[in-house]
Amino acid sequence: MEPTRRQLLTRIGVAAGSVAMYQAMTTLGHAAGTDFTGPPALAGARPGTTVLVLGAGLSGMLAAYELRRAGYSVRVLEFQNRSGGRNISLRGGDSLTELGGYTQKCEFSPGNYINPGPWRIPYHHRAILHYCKAFGVALEPFIEVNHNAYLHDPRSFGGKPQRYREYLGDFTGYTAELLAKAINQNKLDQPVTADEKAELLKAMRMWGLLDGNYSYKKGLEASLRRGYDKPPTAGINGAPTPSDLLARDEIMKSGLYQYLLFNMSDDVQTTMFQPVGGMDMIGKGFARQVGDLITHNIKVTNIHQDTSGVTVTYADQNHGGAVTQAKADYCVCTIPLPVLSQLDVQVSNEMKEAIDAVPYASSIKIGLEFKRRFWEEDEAIYGGITFTNLPISVMSYPSTGYFSKGPAVMLGGYMFGPAAYDFAGMTPQERVQEALKQGAQIHKQYPAEFSNGVGVAWSRMPWTLGCCSMWSEQARRAHYKTLVTMDGRIVLAGEHASYVGCWQEGALLSSLAAITQLHQRAVGAG
Amino acid sequence: MRAFLGGFAAFTFAAGMAHADSATGLGGHAVAADNGALVYQHVCQGCHQVGGRGAKGAGAGFPALANNPHLEVSGYPVSMVLNGHGGMPWFNGMLTPAQIAAVVNYVRTHFGNDYKDPVTAADVSAAAGPPPTMER
Repeated sequence: MEPTRRQLLTRIGVAAGSVAMYQAMTTLGHAAGTDFTGPPALAGARPGTTVLVLGAGLSGMLAAYELRRAGYSVRVLEFQNRSGGRNISLRGGDSLTELGGYTQKCEFSPGNYINPGPWRIPYHHRAILHYCKAFGVALEPFIEVNHNAYLHDPRSFGGKPQRYREYLGDFTGYTAELLAKAINQNKLDQPVTADEKAELLKAMRMWGLLDGNYSYKKGLEASLRRGYDKPPTAGINGAPTPSDLLARDEIMKSGLYQYLLFNMSDDVQTTMFQPVGGMDMIGKGFARQVGDLITHNIKVTNIHQDTSGVTVTYADQNHGGAVTQAKADYCVCTIPLPVLSQLDVQVSNEMKEAIDAVPYASSIKIGLEFKRRFWEEDEAIYGGITFTNLPISVMSYPSTGYFSKGPAVMLGGYMFGPAAYDFAGMTPQERVQEALKQGAQIHKQYPAEFSNGVGVAWSRMPWTLGCCSMWSEQARRAHYKTLVTMDGRIVLAGEHASYVGCWQEGALLSSLAAITQLHQRAVGAG
Repeated sequence: MRAFLGGFAAFTFAAGMAHADSATGLGGHAVAADNGALVYQHVCQGCHQVGGRGAKGAGAGFPALANNPHLEVSGYPVSMVLNGHGGMPWFNGMLTPAQIAAVVNYVRTHFGNDYKDPVTAADVSAAAGPPPTMER
């Protein structure tokens, strides 16, 4: 008898230990994720080989960590007075100075924070999860989908926000009803067997909560998904009453289904994670490992190389901007491309073109502190996301601290594209005010409960000049291989040098790919 | 990366932008802008700053447009806005030719610049290749 899949896996597990089990599961199609399987084995480094790492974001710090472990002599130069790069959280007392001269002072209450950069980690981003575990960074669930949060379109449903579950129930119900009709009338453009037809109809009925006539109607059946007018309770009048349905034409016309579909994508499927206490716990975890290798306040101006090594020239802001040089055998450069493209870098023309070919997206995050958790207390929303097609796009409720009293911080807007360009052109105060104005269309409590806020425009961060890499298909075809291939003694790393752009996982995987190349070069070179 | 487009018609950014760790890929709409001053304010000012004065950061930054002799030949700013370069994103397919012409004319006649030969939407269309395709 053929072994079942489960029997086969159990046998492999018993015989060969969990690594083989894991590899077998991956081969058989379970447990698919990024290709990270473990830290790189960089054996045989020549003692005394030196590496300069430019940038103390996650990719730079990981390169430093693994290269030192492998026996290299490593030094990290960082522009900012902090480590972590875009892995950052803002708390009360922090200040943020952006290009153009605005400085925002964050006034959140103790314990509250906003993650202006990365804010959630997919369960299949194996590298970052591995290093969080290795470096003692505690994770907790990040709530992506909340059926009790809202979908909102100012031009639909009279501008009234709709509960996610109500829209989901009705969108599914109406769609199933239409499909069932087509199936029943044999109007599918492909013939189906009688068996398949019966199965399809059954599926439509269950999927859409349709009645015996394949109609999606107001009733207790539909209320199982979209919720009740009066929910089931106890006592003489405990029986539930069904809720009204939304109008089908408005469901479709609003286009709000795009947000349901977004939440189905692999990148945001359950389970997502966030570090306990703020995303920067990850950067701090890395800095605990390699902090002794990092020099802050270093403004790199030139990166030169020849057959004997790499020379980096920088202004040392710790010593009045003194022009200084550092030399090493090799260089891992994680400087964001919009900055790197403006420095004097001695690489091939092809590499220069690649560096110039990838602009960074503009992105905005607005953090708003309110005096109380009105979304929980008044609206029973615990974590998750409200989507709107107002410019603010996304509002998100904290995935932690539920039921606590006192002030709490919401994400009051998160956008790319036109709205991000627009908000970046405002003063920080205007960004917060505009987010408040728009958000009040969804949460009436905004004006009364608002305490303070910050509006972060990534294009104005002096050390990155943008949020993250914006690859076109054309640039990818023409330049990606060049960008990720070691150029003499210099290799680039960062989310931009990966296919997992805009994610921390991309920064880490790119770093591992870069140092693996560097190592092969270093041990191969005479 | 895989991500999704938000609906955004009002600003006539025709092509989508998508990002992996974005909630909906593309955020909302900006205001409808059909003149150079408004396009500058809502699209360009976030980087090039109020008054086109530019900014300097980590040994790099955003070039000033004020009193900028590179603007003398109109084809240069038209090409830059269409195709981008380095940190400057491309706007071909995101702004209409009329919007690009309007903002180029605005910048070339403000912020201390005084170039009197306006470009037209037709000039921009003629200079535009096919817009790049954003990765999903």
